[in-house]
Amino acid sequence: MSTMPVSPAPTSVPTPLVVSATKARLWIGGALLFGLLAYYFIGVDQGAVSVFGSDMHIHEFVHDSRHLLGFPCH
Amino acid sequence: MEKQIITRGLLAGALAGLVAFCFARIFAEPVIDKAIAYENGRDAAQAVLDKAAGLPIDPGGPDIFSRTVQSNIGIGVGLIGFGAAMGALYSVVYLLCLGRVGRIQPKVLALLVAGAGLAGIYLVPYLKYPANPPAIGHAETIKPRAALYLTMVVCSLAFILAATWLGRRLAPRFGNWNATLLSALAFAAAIGIVMAILPSLGELSANVHAYGHHATETPLPLTDPKGNIVYPGFPADVLFSFRFYSICNQVILWGTLALIFGPLAERVLRPVMQRAEATGAAGSGSGSGVTAAAV
Repeated sequence: MSTMPVSPAPTSVPTPLVVSATKARLWIGGALLFGLLAYYFIGVDQGAVSVFGSDMHIHEFVHDSRHLLGFPCH
Repeated sequence: MEKQIITRGLLAGALAGLVAFCFARIFAEPVIDKAIAYENGRDAAQAVLDKAAGLPIDPGGPDIFSRTVQSNIGIGVGLIGFGAAMGALYSVVYLLCLGRVGRIQPKVLALLVAGAGLAGIYLVPYLKYPANPPAIGHAETIKPRAALYLTMVVCSLAFILAATWLGRRLAPRFGNWNATLLSALAFAAAIGIVMAILPSLGELSANVHAYGHHATETPLPLTDPKGNIVYPGFPADVLFSFRFYSICNQVILWGTLALIFGPLAERVLRPVMQRAEATGAAGSGSGSGVTAAAV
């Protein structure tokens, strides 16, 4: 790293700060929960596994995006 | 600060999903319609064959939503939702990468994390199990197919994480360039082994039982009992277009996410970094950085 020229301009300061995962746990946990739930309902639910039994409304509604995003379907 | 980064990630992701939706609506939907037209024609031909053979005719599932709803609102909600979900996960990874993966500019880090997301969540799993349009995919194999696909997603994400860690470990010894190449090579080797072990979709036991040995589930020509082709196999051009637009769609989604998020994140981080620089905390260490508690 010492060979890298360090520019004095403040806008070019690289990112040295570290965010503590434990301090930010509420926001990180919430974002992870939302992201994974949305991924699951858009990509997987009512296919191989289903949380609402044999209902197909979510599957049929997001059907085209599920195919296009690369998820297995039908 | 984590609140600002994550809300911006969500916003950038939703916007990226909107851009991806515009692309998909214009380019991918006509291809999806062609695939569905093939599927309907094939089902009709199959019904005629079944009737002639005296077999019960499969009534097919009811259409819960019309094609108009699916191809306009459904795909929009799906892509914007997926974009927001990826934006949320992406911003968490970005947040945790700050100061932990070397001294990288905020906007460059935004591009790198998006590249990792695109590869880990979509492109690498796609190498083994590419996206399929409607009409391709047997209903009876959805469970193993979903399990195999998610296995690829989890493995590629885990291996990218491991490769990043490895690259950081090798960097002092080999330099950044060579350490990156070495860890990329290790990633390719590890995911290559997983891809070699996982079965092709056509080789799933239910498919071998019903159709014989084939590499994929792409429909072959439909034949009558005498072996005459009564309906063609899935059109190759439609399959190519769909897979090509599928890749374009994800590249647009992740690219837009990074290009929107990068400047937003920089605007959040710059004052924080300047304050850290001013107090001298950041200037002392090359890799340790300062904690958010200090700023």
